[in-house]
Amino acid sequence: MTATEGTTTDGTTTDGTAATDMTIEGTTTDSGAPTTGASAARPSLEPRSDRVTVAPVRLAGGGPAHYVRAVRVIWLREVLRFAGDRTRIVSGLIQPFLFLFVLGTGLSRVVAHTNGVDYRTFLFPGVVALSVLFTAVFSGISIVWDREFGFLREMLVAPVRRSAIVVGKCLGGATTASLQGIVLLAIGGLVGVPYQPVLLLGLFGLMLLTSFAITALGLVLAARVKTIQAAMPLVQMALAPMMFLSGALYPIGNLPTWLQILTRINPVTYAVEAMRALVFSYLTIDSATRATLDPGVTWDGWRVPGGLDVVLVVVLSLVMLTGACLLFRKAE
Amino acid sequence: MAVETSEVSPHDPGGPRPGSPPDRDAAVSLRGLRKRYGNLDAVAGIDLDVQMGETFGFLGPNGAGKSTTIKILCTIVEPTGGAAVVAGHDVLRERNAVRRSIGLVFQETTLDDYLTAAQNLRFHADLYGVPKRDAVARAQGLLEMVGLADRRDSKVGTFSGGMKRRLEIARGLLHSPRVLFLDEPTVGLDPVSRATVWKYVDELRRAEGITVFLTTHYLDEAERCDRIAIMAQGRIVALDTPDALKAAVGADRVRLTATDPVAAATALSTRFDVEATTGADGALTFHVVDGERFLPRLLVELGVPITSVSVTRPTLDDVFFARTGSTISDADSVPAGPPRMRRPR
Ligand SMILES: Nc1ncnc2c1ncn2[C@@H]1O[C@H](COP(=O)(O)OP(=O)(O)O)[C@@H](O)[C@H]1O
Ligand SMILES: [Mg+2]
Repeated sequence: MTATEGTTTDGTTTDGTAATDMTIEGTTTDSGAPTTGASAARPSLEPRSDRVTVAPVRLAGGGPAHYVRAVRVIWLREVLRFAGDRTRIVSGLIQPFLFLFVLGTGLSRVVAHTNGVDYRTFLFPGVVALSVLFTAVFSGISIVWDREFGFLREMLVAPVRRSAIVVGKCLGGATTASLQGIVLLAIGGLVGVPYQPVLLLGLFGLMLLTSFAITALGLVLAARVKTIQAAMPLVQMALAPMMFLSGALYPIGNLPTWLQILTRINPVTYAVEAMRALVFSYLTIDSATRATLDPGVTWDGWRVPGGLDVVLVVVLSLVMLTGACLLFRKAE
Repeated sequence: MAVETSEVSPHDPGGPRPGSPPDRDAAVSLRGLRKRYGNLDAVAGIDLDVQMGETFGFLGPNGAGKSTTIKILCTIVEPTGGAAVVAGHDVLRERNAVRRSIGLVFQETTLDDYLTAAQNLRFHADLYGVPKRDAVARAQGLLEMVGLADRRDSKVGTFSGGMKRRLEIARGLLHSPRVLFLDEPTVGLDPVSRATVWKYVDELRRAEGITVFLTTHYLDEAERCDRIAIMAQGRIVALDTPDALKAAVGADRVRLTATDPVAAATALSTRFDVEATTGADGALTFHVVDGERFLPRLLVELGVPITSVSVTRPTLDDVFFARTGSTISDADSVPAGPPRMRRPR
């Protein structure tokens, strides 16, 4: 549609037609009804200038296609911002490397009972999970930055369900955290993790799922936080216990009861367990060694079967996603 | 002989009858709109109709409730009471319809500094569901209109305040809104950028017949609106065209300096029954009807040597003064409520 066409049709319509279409009370807004008619019902009060050559547009929106498009662009923004932020990429990689090669190498000399298994092989799935945890929590919390720098308001006033913002952010967090995790997967061979395509794909899938859940958790934590100063201690407070109580750094069998309980209520434990079980199923080790290093999560003696841990992470994502949607429905 | 002076009086601000139903054909229609924060009435009962195609301004000092009203109109703040209809849609019950009909430029910028100008516009087009085939052309046209076409691929973080404002205006128009809200669009801008922003506002109303609803605490900006509402402490204290408001004040402002200001003030009081206020610089200010005719009498009859004298037609600040008893700049310097949370930027 050219400018002239647009303006001619404009000029002939009368004022307020869109408004009268909508006078019935209770007409819903999301139905894709002829709501805006943005361009159709504009009065031409004064002579038109030919300086503005921009044709009016008519919004398509309201339906599922619009929703998906909104989710997609919010996701895209996360990815673009991540790709443009070299410090974040580098610092996100340094931490897991320190864990794996510094902590892992240092401790492997004193850790007993590994029956010849490199402690760093044991550590690897834990570090993958932690890397995802750090990156994803920050993706979620970054909404506080969006709020502080004003951009959140641009999203909040858009004619799209608030859940699109939440879902887009979570998918963005999952993508960026998993992209970073790929670098870790690539170096797994250095610590004795076999390069098996199915294993790597499986780990990648678990990273996506875990980071999605953790981003949603970060959003829930950040939903009512108004300033960056308040967000930083919040991140610290959330991250440290989730990391130390997860079994990422030590096997979670034979722990004192209090630690047993704390690790079992930490959702990260199940993500770590799912990844470790997957890695160990590709190692050639005897069952006694495996039972020591990867005893699985037990609930009061009952062994949580493989697969249920994944289900628990899925449940966590759904609960956090719902929570974040509810919290942002009322946000201003 | 006494001279007619202006006085502070409670006044019907004009506008729609309180309690009447909102006008669904209006661009903006408010009835008894209220917003309470704690025990502060940020908006204390507003009745207002803004017609389609109008350029309408809220003029008022900081804390008057201008931004709060805009936030209610764009559905991010829920009113405590009253009704608000924007482009025919109720802000509480038809949120998405309202959002699709309006464009917004907030007082604080809402751009993503890490994205380019084009990316910011693309984000907006996707969020608002602007058809893809139109979005690129419209974005390009708007970027040209605001003179940013050559910077379309620069990160917004590298833009000056004026460029950001222009980009925000372009973005606010991307989805062809019927009503464009501009909250203090020129605050913090240099005079050239301010003039540019106004150029677009004028162009828009001419070319697209769009309704522009803006807030300001600059008098000269309020002058450019078709109609203005003067706000103070959550209320509309005056509502009309700028000319009509000034004409209603009636009195002109006379400012004079004399070698002996005290004697001059006394003479004004006894001979003309005029009470003048003495400014910090010793100049005397008072209001009289038809100041230009008063001036010759003043020069002849005052009996105290005058060093300088000027007569000014009423300004909107005089209107504000007549309705509230203080000037806008005075009201600005005294915070009307608890200090606002500010963004550290
Ligand atoms: N979120 C809020 N919480 C508490 N008070 C607020 C909030 N927003 C605004 N106010 C108060 O409401 C009054 C009106 O503010 P505002 O609408 O921003 O005024 P203006 O835009 O005219 O300067 C001020 O006194 C301000 O302190
Ligand atoms: Mg304001």
